[in-house]
Amino acid sequence: MQFSEKWLRTFVDPQLDSEALGHALTMAGLEVEEARPAAPAFSGVVVGQIVRADKHPGADKLKVCTVDAGQDALLQIVCGAPNAATGMKVPLALVGASLPGFEIKAARLRGVESYGMLCSARELGLSDDHGGLLELPAEAAVGSDVRDLLALDDTLFTIKLTPNRADCLSLAGVAREVAALTSAPLHLPVCEPVKPQIDDRREIVLEAPHACPRYCGRILRKLNAAATTPDWMRQRLERSGIRSISALVDVTNYVMLELGQPLHVFDDSKLVGAVRVRLARAGETLLLLNEQTVAATADTVLIADDARALALGGVMGGEDSSVTLATTDVFLESAFFAPAAIAGRARAYGFASDASHRFERGVDFALPAQAIERATRLILDICGGVCGPVVEAVSNTNLPTRPPVALRPARARRLLGIDLDDTAMASLLARVGLAVERDGESFRVTPPSFRFDIEIEEDLVEEIVRLHGYDEIPTLPPRGRLAMLARSDAGRSVWDVRRMLVARDYQEVINYAFVDEAWERDFCAATDPIRLANPIASHMSVMRSSLIPGLVASMAANRKRQQSRVRLFEIGRCFERKSDGGPVAGYHQPVRLAALASGAALAEQWGADGRGVDFFDVKADLEALFEPGQLSFEVLAHPALHPGRAAAVILHGRHIGIIGELHPVWVQRYELGVAPVVIEVELELVLQGAVPAYGEVSRYPIVARDLALIVESSISAARLLDTLRKGASGIVKSIALFDVYHGKGIDPDKKSLAFRVLMQDTQRTLEDAEVDAAVAAIVSHAEASLGARLRG
Amino acid sequence: MENLDQLVQDAVSAFAGASDGAQLEQAKAGFLGKSGSLTERLKGLGKLPADERKQVGAEINRAKTAIEAALDARREALREAHLFEQLAAEALDVSLPGRGLHQGGLHPVSRTLERIETLFRSVGFIVADGPEIETDWHNFTALNTPENHPARSMHDTFYIQGRDDVLLRTHTSPVQIRSMLAHVERHVGDGAMPDIRLIAPGRVYRVDSDATHSPMFHQIEGLWVGEDVSFADLKGVIADFLRKFFESDDLQVRFRPSFFPFTEPSAEIDVAFMSGALKGRWLEIAGCGLVHPNVMRFGGVDPERYSGFAFGMGLDRLTMLRYGINDLRLFFEGDLRFLSQFR
Repeated sequence: MQFSEKWLRTFVDPQLDSEALGHALTMAGLEVEEARPAAPAFSGVVVGQIVRADKHPGADKLKVCTVDAGQDALLQIVCGAPNAATGMKVPLALVGASLPGFEIKAARLRGVESYGMLCSARELGLSDDHGGLLELPAEAAVGSDVRDLLALDDTLFTIKLTPNRADCLSLAGVAREVAALTSAPLHLPVCEPVKPQIDDRREIVLEAPHACPRYCGRILRKLNAAATTPDWMRQRLERSGIRSISALVDVTNYVMLELGQPLHVFDDSKLVGAVRVRLARAGETLLLLNEQTVAATADTVLIADDARALALGGVMGGEDSSVTLATTDVFLESAFFAPAAIAGRARAYGFASDASHRFERGVDFALPAQAIERATRLILDICGGVCGPVVEAVSNTNLPTRPPVALRPARARRLLGIDLDDTAMASLLARVGLAVERDGESFRVTPPSFRFDIEIEEDLVEEIVRLHGYDEIPTLPPRGRLAMLARSDAGRSVWDVRRMLVARDYQEVINYAFVDEAWERDFCAATDPIRLANPIASHMSVMRSSLIPGLVASMAANRKRQQSRVRLFEIGRCFERKSDGGPVAGYHQPVRLAALASGAALAEQWGADGRGVDFFDVKADLEALFEPGQLSFEVLAHPALHPGRAAAVILHGRHIGIIGELHPVWVQRYELGVAPVVIEVELELVLQGAVPAYGEVSRYPIVARDLALIVESSISAARLLDTLRKGASGIVKSIALFDVYHGKGIDPDKKSLAFRVLMQDTQRTLEDAEVDAAVAAIVSHAEASLGARLRG
Repeated sequence: MENLDQLVQDAVSAFAGASDGAQLEQAKAGFLGKSGSLTERLKGLGKLPADERKQVGAEINRAKTAIEAALDARREALREAHLFEQLAAEALDVSLPGRGLHQGGLHPVSRTLERIETLFRSVGFIVADGPEIETDWHNFTALNTPENHPARSMHDTFYIQGRDDVLLRTHTSPVQIRSMLAHVERHVGDGAMPDIRLIAPGRVYRVDSDATHSPMFHQIEGLWVGEDVSFADLKGVIADFLRKFFESDDLQVRFRPSFFPFTEPSAEIDVAFMSGALKGRWLEIAGCGLVHPNVMRFGGVDPERYSGFAFGMGLDRLTMLRYGINDLRLFFEGDLRFLSQFR
């Protein structure tokens, strides 16, 4: 909310400068977002009256004005403004005046002496209006300082109010708060009842009393709706960020800003019969003042008459019953709408209004009767006319109640960690208008009608500390019973994993979790992804089921920035539909780890051959993450991956992820230049290690034998190795592949794989005969199972 | 026997003149070989009278020893010179860079989070986690924000299509509810429940996008619930954390009244640096407060017996302040030129 400091000070005028006042508000929870001067600094500008305006002898567009500045002599001033006319009062910058950006000196303009400058609003920095001279009121005293005349030495405060403090959505509310904080006396506007001069009245029927338990209305007639809004009112409205529209509308806005009561004026001649406050009926539509037509939902409260709906109650008036400059008779509304009946309605219709903003947060339900008198007085003063009696309809049983709240001072002290005695607490609460009574060890505290945020003890605790000052709470080092945190021996932390990837030259990225639907279709063959109802953009419309598309997009973006070698990883959640799913039924949300490598295997450097990274480089990175766990790999068909260069990652018989080269179709479509190798695995399984198991270290020598086996090309290395291990006796410690050979000397459809077999016993030195037998057993098992033969 | 001394002198200079092993062996033969001059002298001993023979023999032997010593010394010198040449030939340009894989890097937000986790773990906070597709109940209702509460308009929420009760969490606070419910269940029937002390970092989502707002960003939630936890404890933990995080003992920390539906009393936390580009300005850094009794009850905790505090900080904002980064969007663009600066 924005307001003028000068206006506030008419209600409460503490001995604080603007800055200190702003600080006090901020530290009481009324955060001052901005405090800016109403006008830029300038000096030496007084009210001048043009006594003569003659044509300039040497320039068509200039005038030579003779100006009375209240000095002994009249001043001659050359002026180019089209509206300069005899008798007009305008701002006059005297010689020596300092304006925003320049100083005024005596000058000669096209051969005529000029002693000062007549100013537009823009030249004074008051607005962008440069159409002509700023016309000052006729009653302004010639020679007086324009800053005083226009009250320019003012500060515009903008405070950011939290939703609980609706009571401060008015000058009166802020003034109450300032008075409580500073103990300065409070002078709120008086709302004397205006005596009706006519007896015209409209019946008011509360058909939805839970939504609107109090409604005050009155007829005013013979008004001049085209009357000019007085300057002081216009200025206060403008300094509150509200444009002046017409006298009637300005008064309603003014009273809303001043007291906090939203008001509405209907053109009384458009009304038929009684005013009925009721819920909307099926199919009812209404054209609003903002030119929007809404189909009112059944939970919307309407102001209607005997014929039709007139306004969205507490939200916005209707176009058909609105006042115009020709209106002479009005029906003035000042009502209380229950927060629950207004909350969320304007938002559901796609707009916001000052009225609904206040009503949904809570407007003082004792205020309508006072506010209607205040508005009546102002309307009659400005527009003339006469008023009828106030008709009030009220449903006492539906008005909010203000039951007393118990406060245990000891509990408040314990929660806050402060040492504040009972009396001090009671007096703090009394300062903001709460009625405090002693009740044994406790206080019974009754909130006023304007506070909607005091229902439980904690609300009072908050009031106490807010007024006492958060700075008064001590800053204590944490105390608690100590217990060590668990640290698994088997597992590794996500930080260990991140650091491992960093050590293997991968850069971490964080990509959006919502992605382009095309990515899900292309890379995951997802035809029914989890869609957002209200995405921010079409390329961020579905939840990702894989991290890989994001990494591919990052790679493409980096290649466009001339980065030819891109190695990335991300750890983040993916989202899939699943009937059981976990914490949120219907959605499986696993955290995955994905990495991508593209370009040269090593960063460009001397002595490296510059070869491109390949499947097996990345496979080594993947295996390192799981060590000492042993992964296995199975051929996999995956929409994102090259069909001959893709594998499912298997751990303990379970499919836990994928590895592969990106499919050439996507390499081309996403303009990647080279095919990256990608991996994606479930993070949970990367984190699960194992507690190391100790085995006895043998003191006897290791015997190594190499053997080369020829098999059909279609037999995978893993299958052959697995077969060899099955044929191995107890003395075989390990069998490791060390060479793969195709080519000369071997059938084209066959390959040769070479293995080193290590044998050892823990109790004795092995004899040649048993070593030979062990190797022979391995070979014969491979021969029998896979048709392997020893390479001669 | 001056000619013997001369002989030794001759040998020393002959050895010195040899520039490699072969020349040295040749020079040696001239003195100690079969017909070397010293050998000749020894052969001549027999012709001397018996009384001279012993004395001359001893002198010749002394000369021989001296020549042999000179020979060894020269051999050693030549060997050293040879080694020196060989090593010189093997010298590397040690200024050439090392070869092999370089290091990658953590994302700056991760780097920040790792430090924050370490700081909070050091005073006994565990790290908790929660789903990002969340129920409306956990994200709002259980956090004392019923439907149509004006505070809901503070969070522009992404909803999942076809579901009005499932959304992308707008903050990490639902982890408070999930953690309290789980903790209570774990300790049901235990009599006294141990303190809940946790932080919950993670991604959160709001319908918002500009230089200071991203539709996805990171928060870090904190929660401490126990039998005697007060606002003073909250101030202590936060002030300690911020000074350690920014490594600045003179950092100014300010608590200012605010409103969140799930805490009461609530506060905004501002910091001001005493030096640097942002010196002297109050910067909003987190929201916090005592856990609202309704939230405690939704979490299964008795608010008469227990009290607690919660806070929520912007992880991205902390990272930006820490490193002087001015555009939030840089975090989510995957640009290696930016990311590689945080190694």
